[in-house]
Amino acid sequence: MKSKRMKLLALPYLVWMVGFIVIPLLLVCFYGFTDQSGSFTLENIAEILVRENYRPLCLALLLSAVSTAICFLAAFPLALILRSRKIGRGSFAAFLFILPMWMNSLLRILAWQTLLERKGVLNGILTALHLPGQRLINTPYAIILGMVYDFLPFMILPIYNTLSKIDDNTINAAYDLGASIPTTIFRVILPLSVPGIVSGVTMVFVPALTTFAISDILGGGKIFLIGNVIEQEFVLNSNWNLGSALSMVLMLFIILSMALLSRYDSGEGAMF
Amino acid sequence: MKKGKKLLENSYLILVLLFLYAPILMLTALSFNASRSRVRFTGFSLRWYREMLSDPAVLLALRNTLLIALGSALFATLLGTMAAIALRSMRKLSRNLVLGITNVPMLNADIVTGISLMLCFIAFRISLGFQTILISHITLNLPYVILSVLPKLKKSSNVSFEAALDLGAGPVYAFFRVVLPDIMPGVLSGFLLAFTMSLDDFIITHFTRGAGINTISTLVYSELRRGIKPSMYALSTMIFAVVFLVLLFVNFAPAWFSGKEEKK
Repeated sequence: MKSKRMKLLALPYLVWMVGFIVIPLLLVCFYGFTDQSGSFTLENIAEILVRENYRPLCLALLLSAVSTAICFLAAFPLALILRSRKIGRGSFAAFLFILPMWMNSLLRILAWQTLLERKGVLNGILTALHLPGQRLINTPYAIILGMVYDFLPFMILPIYNTLSKIDDNTINAAYDLGASIPTTIFRVILPLSVPGIVSGVTMVFVPALTTFAISDILGGGKIFLIGNVIEQEFVLNSNWNLGSALSMVLMLFIILSMALLSRYDSGEGAMF
Repeated sequence: MKKGKKLLENSYLILVLLFLYAPILMLTALSFNASRSRVRFTGFSLRWYREMLSDPAVLLALRNTLLIALGSALFATLLGTMAAIALRSMRKLSRNLVLGITNVPMLNADIVTGISLMLCFIAFRISLGFQTILISHITLNLPYVILSVLPKLKKSSNVSFEAALDLGAGPVYAFFRVVLPDIMPGVLSGFLLAFTMSLDDFIITHFTRGAGINTISTLVYSELRRGIKPSMYALSTMIFAVVFLVLLFVNFAPAWFSGKEEKK
């Protein structure tokens, strides 16, 4: 009786969950598998094989993979240093590295646009030094830079969280047994920090793969990622069927990457 | 040798800090620049701040952003806490199913969540506007609330709640006096997480806002596509200052008030 009443508490949430998580996703599938008149078709899914669609997908996969790798290579040594300095969670130094995570991401993109533009800050400095100006914005490199800048804190936080939970004695034991510093890092610390790395990689790779704002602004509307294609189908072309079908393909890639990552992740993520 | 290593480590930390903060500091400097120039600092001025604060579009967007963040965080905290409590008395199978679906908005790409919600609103004939942004943000916030409350519930045992009932407390009274104080830290951090998630969101808002309503994010996005106005620098500096102060307070105020209590 009592537990039945307790379960009633979940009712509002269950209704919400079905209404705003389950039904919307079913609608995406519905639109993805039908044409404008509402009859079943696989044509929209097959559109991913068209050059204008698969090239942005491949480019997005490439740029987000590169950005994720850079984020990891930057964040792991940083977390190691913070750990070795005994900079605890909740200290001001740790706070400084996590803080940008809570900054509005568009304002951060604005900063890089200002820096990289043709008449932007970096080119202004180059001109002042009588050096030739560089074409920085509207290149894939600008997009990678934007992604790394936007998502780096999301890699730092989980890796740092798992690293600071590793027992000092484990590491000292490795040293006592004669392991060198690199051996200790690669054979002891790295394997122990896998859960943090997995959540860091997910938190960088998925938003980078699906972004359209970064590529739109730092790519000057000339470099299309899959996110831009989907956004245009909905906002500009109003072709919901094609947009939904491409979203389904995108979801497939997200699920694939998570399935791949979950093989390395034993427990829950390190976010909480 | 050891000194060299320390120097190397320090320079690496400083390098990353520079990478993270130099762009923000640059925006701050430009926001106080008297001219439009991005290269030369021609004098200190509050001109762009005045311009920003006299722009009704900016003020309206600020108001919308705060109302939606506060409203969605409050509602998500209420609904999510209720759900978390009920989840505990569910059977394992149904609990795992609910938790699995709950995780979807957190793990899925924002662009897909935004699109799916937009399709849903249009199918249900809910006109796009303030209310649809609010619903979407609540949906986005719920998993964060539930996942911060659940661990706290696991720690607080059911025994004290039942003891309160045996001692004659009504279930509601027992909840507010026994269970809620136990899980309050989780509820609070869930609320704050939800609030910041909503403040920061751009993609989901972009798809569910409809024409004619802006939050800060969507306003900045449309300004960026048109070319940057210096008043945007003033806006971002102001937002950064507020976020910095709020987070500083949330992270360190409890420690300051309870004396110099160091971590265990």
